Amino acid sequence: MAFWIASSPHNHNQAETSALMRLVTYALFPGIFAQWYFFGWGNLIHITLAVVTALISEFIVLSLRSKHGNKSTNKHTLSKQLFDGSAILTAVLIGICLPAIAPWWIAVIGSIFAVVVVKQLYGGLGQNPFNPAMAAYVMLLISFPVQMTSWQPPLSLMTVDLNLSNTISTIFTGFTSEGYSVEQLRADIDGFTMATPLDTLKTNASLGLTVYETMQNQIFGAHFSLGWEWINAAFLLGGVFLIFKKAIAWQTPASFLFSLFICTFIAYSISPDSSASTMFHWLSGGCMLGAFFILTDPVTGATSTKGRVIIGALAGLLVYVIRDFGGYPDGVAFAVLLCNMTAPLIDRYTRPRTYGHQPSITKQEEGK
Amino acid sequence: MTNNIEQTSTSDIDTDTDIDVDAATQAEKKAELKREYKELAIQGLWKNNPGLVQLLGLCPLLAVTATVTNALGLGLATLLVLVCSNLTVSAIRQWVPKEIRIPIFVLIIAAFVTCVQLLMNAYTFGIYQSLGIFLPLIVTNCAIIGRAEAYASKNPVKQATFDGLMMGLGFTLVLIVLGAIREILGQGTLFDGANLLLGDWASVLRIEVYQLDSQFLLAILPPGAFIAMGFIIALKNVIDNHIKQRQPKAVKQDIERVRVNFDS
Repeated sequence: MAFWIASSPHNHNQAETSALMRLVTYALFPGIFAQWYFFGWGNLIHITLAVVTALISEFIVLSLRSKHGNKSTNKHTLSKQLFDGSAILTAVLIGICLPAIAPWWIAVIGSIFAVVVVKQLYGGLGQNPFNPAMAAYVMLLISFPVQMTSWQPPLSLMTVDLNLSNTISTIFTGFTSEGYSVEQLRADIDGFTMATPLDTLKTNASLGLTVYETMQNQIFGAHFSLGWEWINAAFLLGGVFLIFKKAIAWQTPASFLFSLFICTFIAYSISPDSSASTMFHWLSGGCMLGAFFILTDPVTGATSTKGRVIIGALAGLLVYVIRDFGGYPDGVAFAVLLCNMTAPLIDRYTRPRTYGHQPSITKQEEGK
Repeated sequence: MTNNIEQTSTSDIDTDTDIDVDAATQAEKKAELKREYKELAIQGLWKNNPGLVQLLGLCPLLAVTATVTNALGLGLATLLVLVCSNLTVSAIRQWVPKEIRIPIFVLIIAAFVTCVQLLMNAYTFGIYQSLGIFLPLIVTNCAIIGRAEAYASKNPVKQATFDGLMMGLGFTLVLIVLGAIREILGQGTLFDGANLLLGDWASVLRIEVYQLDSQFLLAILPPGAFIAMGFIIALKNVIDNHIKQRQPKAVKQDIERVRVNFDS
């Protein structure tokens, strides 16, 4: 009788792509709920639109590719690929990033671009050099600056009651059922347009106001930034859940947040009048979403432990630089794309040592 | 006499055959020339297109094709320079020392570019302004110096000029297609501002394909040019593959060898 001998690893974790993607999508739910609570139905509608568009475009590209590819890809694998959750997760992330009252075609164009150009043209799942959701977000931000920056203030500050039917009619026609335009929706009682906290901070800094004076604005609320702080806290909660489930590595978000803390701490110590606090930076914009759900993307991020630390630190530095010195109020998406570009290089130089081998070939040769 | 007659007759026959042979060789030469022209046209317009296959002159190709008018302006300027430079390079190819041929080609091209630039400055000032630096930069367009070096410096004047015309046309067509795609996606129009290039009558050419509330800036900015260019090249490859598949395959007897490797 012959023994069946296999090489290690002997214990397999039977995790599938779809299971991981499902877990990450579930972890987004607290953040989406917080968004719904503070900004209304808009993001849920955009998520629905984006998911439907992403699935349709994924189906079209996959069927085109399976026609020209090998014959073994039958209908079963096509539906398996279609519902492996990657396209759905990308679409959900796009829907979360969009302003709640952006027009419907923003979500549609964004998810088509993410799935067709950024993901499938580079070879599909696992082959894309850039995070599809962030690449699509940056494409939309560059192409449609007006629509992509028309963030509404949190519901509690709005002068118009934005219910579900009003949101749907704003997204599809540009006006509420009472005839208010997007601009009017964003206006406060005095008729001034309210922007996001990050945007307001940037504009006021250019007007010569100090951070303390800016923070008196009603959109900052009692703590750091009204609404946004709770949304970020909810994403943090989901991210901690993912780390607890070992779905993502803790090094990337930890090093990202620590790097952002260092940068903002230095800036705050040097000139507290012109730089916001670390907590404001942590709890505004897309900080926590980027830290736990975007930077930790297993395809486009770094793979080694050291590499993850470097990528996180680099992203934190870039986010701080773009927020404080750049032209855009929030820099998470740009920072993520720049880090995606550097990831292969970082991976190359942080390759872990294989057990029983010398640290590296070059050093070995030098030793001789 | 009979001898003489015979001789003359034979000589007649001889000259006849001579003429026949001459006519035959001439016809052959003509056919060959025709084939060469045809080959040049196919090479310039499709198989060896400077924009799609050689990927030469990408800088102006991507930078100024935001509208059809700009693309057409730059395409025509490049076409003119390419034809003239190929003609001149081919005409003086006997006297150019091999060692310094590249500086001479560059000087010739620069002279023609300056002429074109001055002409456009005089007659189509709007286009001259919107093309900006990319008009004088035609000097450094690799497609032009590439044709001078690869073809015009080795071939007679007529063929070289025809080659320049075909290469220039191929380049211009790619520019126009790219410009049309980007203009439709970006602004929803076609031939916007054609009157700047072609005179006042051309303002009727402007077509509003669809109404856009806001411009699709990605298509107008250079990244959109890269993406659109990638799609055009992909389309060309698809067409080439399709043609290749439709052609009957030459059946080739495969010689199978068994590779024996004792090491593994």
